[in-house]
Amino acid sequence: MTTKSNKKNWPLWEIFIRSKNGLSHKHVGSLHAADAEMAIENARDVYTRRNEGVSIWVVESKYITASSPNQKESLFDPADDKVYRHPTFYNLPDEVKHI
Amino acid sequence: MDPKQKALLEHFQARIDAEEKIEPKDWMPDEYRKTLIRQISQHAHSEIVGMLPEGNWIGRAPSLRRKVALLAKVQDEAGHGLYLYGAAETLGADREDLIDELHQGKAKYSSIFNYPTLSWADIGAIGWLVDGAAIMNQVMLTRTSYGPYARAMVRICKEESFHQRQGYEILLALCRGTEAQKNMAQDALNRWWWPSLMMFGPSDKDSSHTEQSMKWKIKRKTNDELRQQFVDVTVPQADFLGITVPDPGLKWNEETGHYDFGEINWDEFWQVVKGNGPCNEQRMKARIKAHEEGAWVREAAMAYAEKRRKRKEREEAVRVA
Ligand SMILES: [Fe+2]
Ligand SMILES: [Fe+2]
Repeated sequence: MTTKSNKKNWPLWEIFIRSKNGLSHKHVGSLHAADAEMAIENARDVYTRRNEGVSIWVVESKYITASSPNQKESLFDPADDKVYRHPTFYNLPDEVKHI
Repeated sequence: MDPKQKALLEHFQARIDAEEKIEPKDWMPDEYRKTLIRQISQHAHSEIVGMLPEGNWIGRAPSLRRKVALLAKVQDEAGHGLYLYGAAETLGADREDLIDELHQGKAKYSSIFNYPTLSWADIGAIGWLVDGAAIMNQVMLTRTSYGPYARAMVRICKEESFHQRQGYEILLALCRGTEAQKNMAQDALNRWWWPSLMMFGPSDKDSSHTEQSMKWKIKRKTNDELRQQFVDVTVPQADFLGITVPDPGLKWNEETGHYDFGEINWDEFWQVVKGNGPCNEQRMKARIKAHEEGAWVREAAMAYAEKRRKRKEREEAVRVA
C-alpha cells in the first residue's frame, strides 16, 4: 500500500458552473485532477450529469484567498448603518410615477 | 475548562441552536470536527463500496433499458462518494488518508453492502429498500449543521429519487410476471428486508454517538425514529407489489399510527459490522485491487501534467526572449 511520503496526489480544484446562459458561475464543490483540462473533464462527469451546466470554471484550490470568519465584523458591519444606500430611504410622494 | 474555550463552545452551541450553518473556516470543537470526518468519510466509503454489489449485475441486466438505468445509478453513486470525500476534505482530512483507512480496515462503511446480490430481483430490492433507507437518512442530513455536508446532501437527494424508482419498477415488473419471477421478488425481499432495517444503525439505547450528534444537529433524528419512518412508508409499497414482508411481528398499530415490527437480530448486525458478513472480505479485496491497479494511471496523469506544464513554461520563455 502506498504511504503518504512516497505518493504525489492530484491537487484539489474548486469547481464553478454556469447553470444556464445569462447566469453567473456558482461554486458547486471540489474535486481532484492532475491538471486544469482533467479538472474540467472530471467536473463535467461529477457535476453536470443532468444538464446542470453550460460552462465550467476550475481554479486550483490553493489559489483561492478567503476572508476569515474573524474579519466578519470589520468587513461587513460598516454597511449596517448605511440605510441611505437603499431606495426606500428616499421619501417621494405617491403621485410621482416610474421612479 | 479555561474560560476562553468555554466562551467559544458556548458561542458555537448558540450558533447551532439558532440554526446557523457551520462553514469550513469557522471555529468548531475538535470533537465536532472528528465526528464529522468519521461520519462523512464512512458515508463516502459506503457510496463507493456500494457500487460493487450492483456493478456485479450491469453486464447481466435483462434489457438495454435496465442496463443504462443501472449504469447511470452506479455512476451516480461514484459521484456521491466524490461529493462526500470533498466535504470531508473541507474539514482538513486528506482523501488519500481516508481511502487508506478504509483499505486497512480502520474505517467502516455501511454493512448492507456486505450482503451478496444473488438474482436480478436483488437489484430491484437494493434500489427500493437500500436506496430508500439511505434517502430517509440523507433527507434528514440536508438539514445537518455543517454547511458543505448539507449541500452535498441536497445534490445527492436530488439524484437518489430515480435510484429508488428504478428499483421499485424492476420489482413491479417481476411481480406482474410469471410465478417464478414473483417468487424471485419475494426471495429478494426476504433477504434484504432485515439488513435494510439494520442500515439505520443500533437502537437508540445502544447508540453511543446519538446524543451529542443531536445536540450539535449533525443528526436531526435518532436511528429508531428514522427506522420507524422507513417501515411506515415501505410496508404499503410491499403490499402494492403483492409480496410479504418477512416479519411475523409486523402489524399496524391503530393507537400509535405506526407499524409495530419485530426485533432486529442484533447479533447478526454486530457480526457484519465486525467484518464477519458474507462479503466483507470480497468487497475489501475488490476495492484494494481497483485502487492498486489504478495507481499507474494516477501517476502517469501526474507525470503528463508535469511535462505539459514544463513545455508551456519553455514556450513562454522563448516567446519572452
Ligand atoms: Fe448514493
Ligand atoms: Fe443511490
